[in-house]
Amino acid sequence: MTLPGSTLFALSATVAILMTVAALYCILASRNLIRILIGLELLTKAVTLLLAVAGYVTGRMAVVQTFIITLIVIEVVVIAVAAGVVLGVHRHNQDLDPRKLTNLRG
Amino acid sequence: MSFDLQSALLLAGLLAAGVWTVMTADLLRSAIGLAVTSAVLTLALFLLGAPLAAVFEISVCAGLITVVFVSTISLTKPWGVEAALSHKQVRLRRFAFLPLLLFAAMLLLRSHAPHLDLVAPPPAHPVQDVREALWIDRRLDLVGQILIILAGVFGVVVLFKTRDAARQEKKP
Repeated sequence: MTLPGSTLFALSATVAILMTVAALYCILASRNLIRILIGLELLTKAVTLLLAVAGYVTGRMAVVQTFIITLIVIEVVVIAVAAGVVLGVHRHNQDLDPRKLTNLRG
Repeated sequence: MSFDLQSALLLAGLLAAGVWTVMTADLLRSAIGLAVTSAVLTLALFLLGAPLAAVFEISVCAGLITVVFVSTISLTKPWGVEAALSHKQVRLRRFAFLPLLLFAAMLLLRSHAPHLDLVAPPPAHPVQDVREALWIDRRLDLVGQILIILAGVFGVVVLFKTRDAARQEKKP
């Protein structure tokens, strides 16, 4: 990418913010647990983009790559465990609507 | 101000793939859209000079996580297309104000935000080799990653062990 640093950062930050808004919309407005996970995953994509562009602009690409790798590892573990939880919820309730998860209500 | 068409197209493609992932009614298409988003992000990472992170992104996020999502979708019974479309219409009507709100927030931020110098000064001793950064400078991160992976494995084992126990209880 040959854009000047500040322009590239501003452009990427705008895209990352718009992706964050889309992901938050997905998380807050969905009534399906799998779609909520997809929104969470999209949120981490926006963070990854911001990290990469920040590293490119500041010249700390090596350190930023380690951060991105750590982020990806955490992301995979969270998604794998959350997918297991979703399967468990579906097994118990036969439904993935988070509004119907009222088993623990006192 | 120069303008690189390649960068703009990549960022536009990333945003389009992300928005399509959120807006499509079918869950399977949504998972595929997420994989496409990861693939475009991989291209961006590669062009930004992060090849190792790009390899992780394409193999783990576009590959492994998509497999996890598709498996989860196939093991559950998501909504039919008609139900998903009707919910999408209701959702769109309810949140129709959101783009206007976002646009107003952007205008407000543009006019009232203080000028921030976001570009940090260059590091005194920059580490240029990612291997050195990963295995020496950020060694503690690796320990954290190993612990998180072990915790994830433990969690998945416990979740599916419960399922096996429940199946055995059902058997006479």
